[in-house]
Amino acid sequence: MARREDLTGRALVTPTVLVVALVVLLPFLASVVFAFLDLDVIDIGPLGTGSIEFTLANFTAAVTSSGFWSALWTTLIYAAATTIGSVVVGLAVSLALRKPFRGRGIIRGLVLVPYVLPVVAAVMIWQQLLNTQYGVVNALGEQFFGWTEPISFLSTTSQDLAGIPVPVTLIVVVLFEIWKSAPLAYLFITARLLAVPRDTEEAALIDGAAPSQQLRYVLLPQLYGVLALLGVLRFIWSFQNFNDIYLLTGGAGGTQVLAVRVYEELTTQGDIGSASALGLIMMVVLSVFLLIYVRMSRKEVSQ
Amino acid sequence: MTGVATVRKPKGSTRHRIENRAIPILRWTLIVLTVLACAGPLLYGVLLSVRPLTQVINEPLAIFPPLSELDFSSYATALKDESQGGFGLARFMGNTLYVAIGTVILAILCSVLGAYAAVRLRFFGRDTVNGMFLGVYLFPGIVLAVPLFVVFSRIGLRGELIGLVLIYLAQTVPVALYMLRNYFLAVPESIEEAAMIDGCSRLQVIRRIVLPTAMPGIISTGLYVFMIAWNEFLYALLFLADDRDRWTVSLGVAQLSDFAVPATVLMAGSIAMTIPIVIVFIMAQRLLLTGLTAGAEK
Repeated sequence: MARREDLTGRALVTPTVLVVALVVLLPFLASVVFAFLDLDVIDIGPLGTGSIEFTLANFTAAVTSSGFWSALWTTLIYAAATTIGSVVVGLAVSLALRKPFRGRGIIRGLVLVPYVLPVVAAVMIWQQLLNTQYGVVNALGEQFFGWTEPISFLSTTSQDLAGIPVPVTLIVVVLFEIWKSAPLAYLFITARLLAVPRDTEEAALIDGAAPSQQLRYVLLPQLYGVLALLGVLRFIWSFQNFNDIYLLTGGAGGTQVLAVRVYEELTTQGDIGSASALGLIMMVVLSVFLLIYVRMSRKEVSQ
Repeated sequence: MTGVATVRKPKGSTRHRIENRAIPILRWTLIVLTVLACAGPLLYGVLLSVRPLTQVINEPLAIFPPLSELDFSSYATALKDESQGGFGLARFMGNTLYVAIGTVILAILCSVLGAYAAVRLRFFGRDTVNGMFLGVYLFPGIVLAVPLFVVFSRIGLRGELIGLVLIYLAQTVPVALYMLRNYFLAVPESIEEAAMIDGCSRLQVIRRIVLPTAMPGIISTGLYVFMIAWNEFLYALLFLADDRDRWTVSLGVAQLSDFAVPATVLMAGSIAMTIPIVIVFIMAQRLLLTGLTAGAEK
């Protein structure tokens, strides 16, 4: 019986394992090999027929190429800022919508709009909002805030504001990502809030805890788990995000993140080797963060 | 737990009074801002798509056009085929529908079998397989894009919609499997055992007992996969950019923005591609949300 169960179990997962192996694992291994080869897009045809020579040139070229370190830095800032932003906004919104009131159902539905909206549609709408000729943001700015000329929100690396250089476009892509991903954080936090036992909160209330103290000492400790999980997932997803930034700015205005660089290596440079090497470097950075998280969660368990 | 001791304060202290007055104000400001931020851009896009272009350019702040001036011609222009002077969006939507439905069918098939095995059967390598699926979930899409581009070019799958179906399948199956697991766990094991004693095989048990009981979960998982496949952009860009006949709707709208397409037509296209997603979401909102957040309660 146990042996039959073993066989059936393996048979049932086989289709999934096959697909994942063929489309995820094997390509990843191939990418590791490509990273050590001098391989261009034009070579795709005779691939594997010529002599293969392993080289570290792709990595040294990637790390020493102009803009690599600034792209890595931009990626880290982008990932950290959107992670913190979307978790904080998600938390604030789910607390604000916690108590029932008239119309809450509709608002709860509306909150999810940015998350559900296809990314391409969302970007097109934002591009119109921020357009320099007819965008409503610039029109409002010129009419009511005395802007002398429209701000090109999607291609301004740095603009002085009261003497301080402000990375306008980077802020826009971060805000876009917070807007797009905070609803998911809101969903997870709301689901967790439903499971918070009422009696601890009531006890704190009877003991005379102010609302902010209740949040700090009663609610937040219950939410730490889900906040940490959200933080890690969001960081991983933001770190590798390509669509949103590529569609919004194409990497202009100081928003060239590593993912956009990989894409450009592959398509404009046609250099498979460097694109793979860059991708591997991304994986290494990501796995460092994953390891930190795993160690942190182990410590928490053992305490 | 030392914190609890320090928070004891008499009711009606200044802190209480200030907070009790400030919090409702803060809360309502936040609610209003949230509604504006979430619904505002979409509404702006919808209104832009029904205004005449000249009017948009001349009066950017006249967001709400008078009813008599509404102009729906942008939708016709966006959707009509190129041969009829349009931008072919209806055709792109057809391509996307083909890819999305193909992905949903295969993903449900794979994940029903896989999730059942993960929930009910003890088999060699179960933990490895589960770990592998979690890994796929976190794998950077852009890192896989490079080798997939090479391999698919090599075997002639680049430029084929079926190639996209395969990739979307691999990307969605882990999530689908995870979502289904929670529904399958809720099916009482005793019923399955009784059926097996009565002579049902595993597959019969799945078909006759597990599937009907977990149907809401299967539907919501299918719709979730549909949403992901409908919205995907990166792989469509990499694999289909050269062949306009095969563009998906995401790729189509994004490419249009590179040509000098009028803003109103661009908005009409964006709204048109959003409508199917909104319908799917409204149909299954409750189901989707419980499936997605099932893991958050622990």
